[in-house]
Amino acid sequence: MPDVNITVDGKKVTAPAGTLLIEACKSVGIEVPSFCYYPNLSLQGACRMCLVKVEKMPKLQTACTTVISEGMAVTTDSPEIHQARKSMVELVLGNHPLDCPVCDAGGECELQDMTFSYGAAESKYIEPKNHREEQQWSPVVYFDRPRCILCYRCVRVCGEGMDVWALGVQNRGVSSIIAPNKEDHLECEECGMCIDICPVGALTSGAYRYKTRPWEMKHVGTTCTHCADGCKTTLGVRRSDSGMEIVRGDNRDKSGINGDFLCIKGRYGFDFADHAERLKQPMIRKDGRLTPSTWEEAFELIGREFSRVQQQDGGQAIGVVGSNRTTNEESYLLQKFARVVLGTNNIDHHRTADFPALAAALTGKPDLTASMRDVFNAPAILLIGNDPTNQHPLLAWQIRNNVRLHGARLYLVNAEPIKLERQATSVTQVPSGAEGRVAAFLAGDDSAADALTGNTNREGWIALRDKLRSEANLIIIFGSEIRGGDVSSLVKFTLNIQGAKLVCLADYANSRGAADMGLYPDLLPGYQPVAQASKFHEEWGAVPQTRGLTLPEMVESARTGKLKAWYVVGANPIGRFAIDPYVFSKSFVVVQDMFLTETAAMADVVLPAANAYEKSGTFTNTCGDLQVVKKAGEVSEVKPDFEMIVRIAAAMGFDVRQLVPFGPGTRMDMGQSRGAQSGEADRHAVWLEARGLEPKMSPFDPTAILDEIQRLVPGYDVPRINLLAGNDQHTSLSQSGPGAAQNPKLIVAAKDDLFSSGTLGRYSRALNSVMENHRNQPAESDVVAD
Amino acid sequence: MADLVSHPDEVKVVSKRFGKGATNLDRYLELDGYKAVQKALAMGPDAIINEVKNSGLRGRGGAGFSTGMKWSFVPKQSPKPKYVLCNGDESEPGTCKDRLIFEHDPHAVIEGVVIAGLSVGSHVGYIYVRGEYRYLSEIMQKAIRDAYARGFLGKNIFGSGYDFDVYWHGGAGAYEVGEESALMESLEGKRGIPRIRPPFPAVVGLWGGPTIINNAETLANVPHIIMGGAEWYAGLGPPKNGGTRLFCLSGHLSRPGVYELPMGYNLKKMIYEVAGGIPNGRKLKAVVPGGASTPVLTADEVDVGMDFDSLAKAGSMLGSGGVVVLDDATCMVKFALRTIKFYQHESCGWCIPCREGTDWLKKTLARFHAGAGLKKDIDNIYYLAENMLGRTFCPLGDAAAMPTMAFVKKFRKEFEDHLEGKPCPYEPLGRTMELPVLAH
Repeated sequence: MPDVNITVDGKKVTAPAGTLLIEACKSVGIEVPSFCYYPNLSLQGACRMCLVKVEKMPKLQTACTTVISEGMAVTTDSPEIHQARKSMVELVLGNHPLDCPVCDAGGECELQDMTFSYGAAESKYIEPKNHREEQQWSPVVYFDRPRCILCYRCVRVCGEGMDVWALGVQNRGVSSIIAPNKEDHLECEECGMCIDICPVGALTSGAYRYKTRPWEMKHVGTTCTHCADGCKTTLGVRRSDSGMEIVRGDNRDKSGINGDFLCIKGRYGFDFADHAERLKQPMIRKDGRLTPSTWEEAFELIGREFSRVQQQDGGQAIGVVGSNRTTNEESYLLQKFARVVLGTNNIDHHRTADFPALAAALTGKPDLTASMRDVFNAPAILLIGNDPTNQHPLLAWQIRNNVRLHGARLYLVNAEPIKLERQATSVTQVPSGAEGRVAAFLAGDDSAADALTGNTNREGWIALRDKLRSEANLIIIFGSEIRGGDVSSLVKFTLNIQGAKLVCLADYANSRGAADMGLYPDLLPGYQPVAQASKFHEEWGAVPQTRGLTLPEMVESARTGKLKAWYVVGANPIGRFAIDPYVFSKSFVVVQDMFLTETAAMADVVLPAANAYEKSGTFTNTCGDLQVVKKAGEVSEVKPDFEMIVRIAAAMGFDVRQLVPFGPGTRMDMGQSRGAQSGEADRHAVWLEARGLEPKMSPFDPTAILDEIQRLVPGYDVPRINLLAGNDQHTSLSQSGPGAAQNPKLIVAAKDDLFSSGTLGRYSRALNSVMENHRNQPAESDVVAD
Repeated sequence: MADLVSHPDEVKVVSKRFGKGATNLDRYLELDGYKAVQKALAMGPDAIINEVKNSGLRGRGGAGFSTGMKWSFVPKQSPKPKYVLCNGDESEPGTCKDRLIFEHDPHAVIEGVVIAGLSVGSHVGYIYVRGEYRYLSEIMQKAIRDAYARGFLGKNIFGSGYDFDVYWHGGAGAYEVGEESALMESLEGKRGIPRIRPPFPAVVGLWGGPTIINNAETLANVPHIIMGGAEWYAGLGPPKNGGTRLFCLSGHLSRPGVYELPMGYNLKKMIYEVAGGIPNGRKLKAVVPGGASTPVLTADEVDVGMDFDSLAKAGSMLGSGGVVVLDDATCMVKFALRTIKFYQHESCGWCIPCREGTDWLKKTLARFHAGAGLKKDIDNIYYLAENMLGRTFCPLGDAAAMPTMAFVKKFRKEFEDHLEGKPCPYEPLGRTMELPVLAH
């Protein structure tokens, strides 16, 4: 669009035609106040705070609804404008309770800020304020009605942003009130966006309300530990008896890939961290019972036993299971530990997507993966399988709002009806399990169409394929339904479309990282086959070159007594794969976890682990976006998996300098000064990195391994300074190793929904209370209206 | 059913068929009914718009915008259907003219809607009738049914090959919906809240299609313009204020009622001659000239012509033609309170200044009139109204602010007379006031 020139307070401003005046002002640093205006939501013109003077217009105009036009001359501050805004604040405060000292929003309240700016704190009215009782709408959403200033942001974000439409306005005039559309409660996705977007303290969070004041918390911007989308979440952290307590998760830092968005898990699902059943002490099985022990005793025992098995039966008698939720540094370290220290390739994890097939198909090709940000801007999207609304809430948000704001075309191919159909240009049903045939058909195998009945005939499929081929810059997103050879078919199809890119959907926070870091029995980091010579072989020395055992093979091996020891880090194979626990009773089992899972209950040694909010590192989301994980605070009694791996290696008599290439220097605690306390960006680290001074002074410092990852893993050589500054950095698969064909049956989708999240979800009070509430929702006839 | 009144000065155009049984279609045809539509069918769109433009017809809903101009803004080509909307959500206190049209001459409205449709190439019209006018809905619906039965509506009207459908729609009781964009929201089944403009209805209106929206009286005038010609119609009023006007004279008058008088007719004459003056030997205190939202005129200011431009010069507005006359036993504080109660009740609540402002005005005025007023309240009331004026989302806020400011400015002494716990000085004048507010 052509640019338009206007003048704001004497400053020349140039902006694209169609820009709203309020945004044009913002672009040159002139803030026009508003309550109801919110970028990317429909315009309201309701709060009248953004009144400005536009030359030649008799009345003041709302900057939020005025589109700039050539030559427009605007004044944003004058006695008249100041008075208009002051009187608006006076009117809002007329019925607004002045309970700021106890209000959750106190200190973070836009109305407070406006009152300070416009000085309308003195009331002209002596009549009593209108009062209404507070309401609880769901386990996590409370509404303090008198505080509401009717900006309608909550109504819009729920409807337009989330496509949930759970909120509306009741009554009219001064009796107008925001209310759930279902009688007295919310029937919604419990995302809490309404709370986040509320400019005052009207909507408050059940998890956070009345717990603290904003300035008493430390705000740590990190990456969410739940699904594979990788939202940035800001944790509000307070000191507590155990070191720290997370009291809030919110979306204060809107710079992340998720922008305004956060789902229920990112917002409330941090409370597993202080669950009463959290493991707080190492335990050793004595006389058949797990008995508390000291760390030293535990490490010594593990070191002794692993060394014994290794000497007696060789490394191949030990099986290692990694995690989808440990950091990249931990996953990398774990497989390096397995290969270099234990001398085994028996390492696997719970696979939820076929990344090796994707890497194999993409290696040597141009960069063909899309980032999460790309999904928001793509002109067209093809989604095969999966239900993002449940399994990838951010992805669903990106798609939905791309369609709403940019008019993107969404083509759906799915076996089930899914909510995103409402945004779709076309919906094509496939028989369950036939999604792979779609890939083959798209790649040009017309015979595959015969298997694709559903609601579309052969001509319909051909028409769809023709349409897709004409969509430049198409993003193709596929779920775990597409595996193995079907992935390469899809890549073949992608290569034939101008600018098309791919997203492969996995299920957990660092599933992609686990795959990229080589938690495979036959693949090193970067999908490098173990049998082929590589930089890793050169760097690490002796790496076993024969393929190790997959998880089911390890189980089988243990059953026959060949596998003598297990090292399970942040995983629960017994619970997840319904493995007979007896299999584990015959070997020496070490489990690192937060809770006594089914697998941990069978262990000989259980080590209490820190979760992602209690340690530093990086995560790679399902798109391949690399982001930092920042430690919210130090917690006593547990250790990060990283540290435990190093300690076990040391206990086995291994020189840890061979494992973690940390530099020489004075040992000091980097935990807090690494910027966790300084707010959104890791400023210390950014400063040090910019000067080449970043120290890695301890073997427990994951940054030392991050160095190695960035040096050795193809695609991870992104600018470190951007990463540390809190920006997402897209990694590429185009230089990755050739991968290897995997047995598609090894992929088991997590099938979590909006309110469940593997082990973490089982121990989250907030998630459980919401699930219970949804189960117990009363029939509509039983509800008494307020 | 309201009694009809008459006066020799009346020039009957819109009210020509009042009391003549024109709700009956045969009778309506005898009274030259449906001739205008047939003439318009032969004229073609541009000629219709020109005729209406030249007639000087201005919107009778209150704003007084040129009707022909409004129609000419509708784009000729539109991918979406075009609509004609008759705004019969007559709710302004003091105004009761549209209801007489619906009651006595419903076919004239239908005819006006069809002609408006012809002028812009629309094929659908809606007649939106105020919810409280329930007793009119059967009359209006029957008229539509009858017109369909004769082939005047529906497919191929009057054998012309042109299709035109008309639907009746009842409101649910909201003054705000008289605002044209709120009316469209209401018609679409949403909350009656105004839309952001631009775009204007002529470009993006009902269901996103270009829409003509006119007051019922405006549309009822159209057939007469088509039949009588622009020149004749324009000559009925002063320059740029074409035609006649239904004036709704209410309040303290000997012969209140709806009179059709030429635009520009003198207000003083209207009060003392047409409506028979003030009864019970009382004197005139004030006049609200164009419905409750227009600034009040004092007894000294009533020698003024009742047209858009003269009243604007006098610091008030012609509005919707609702003339409310108050005698000297009226308490102006109570009248201000009654007026603001209406706007407080009818504010849709969308924007801060109107939602909160009308409520605080009502609370303050109620306390003030009850004898608990403070001296600073008088300035506060003015301050509140002044800060609403021109800053609300739609004109409802202005409609509440303008009269309030005029009451304080012109009758400040009456406010002062209520101070220091004094009882209302006008109550002892021996009358429980039946406040002259017709609507609500």
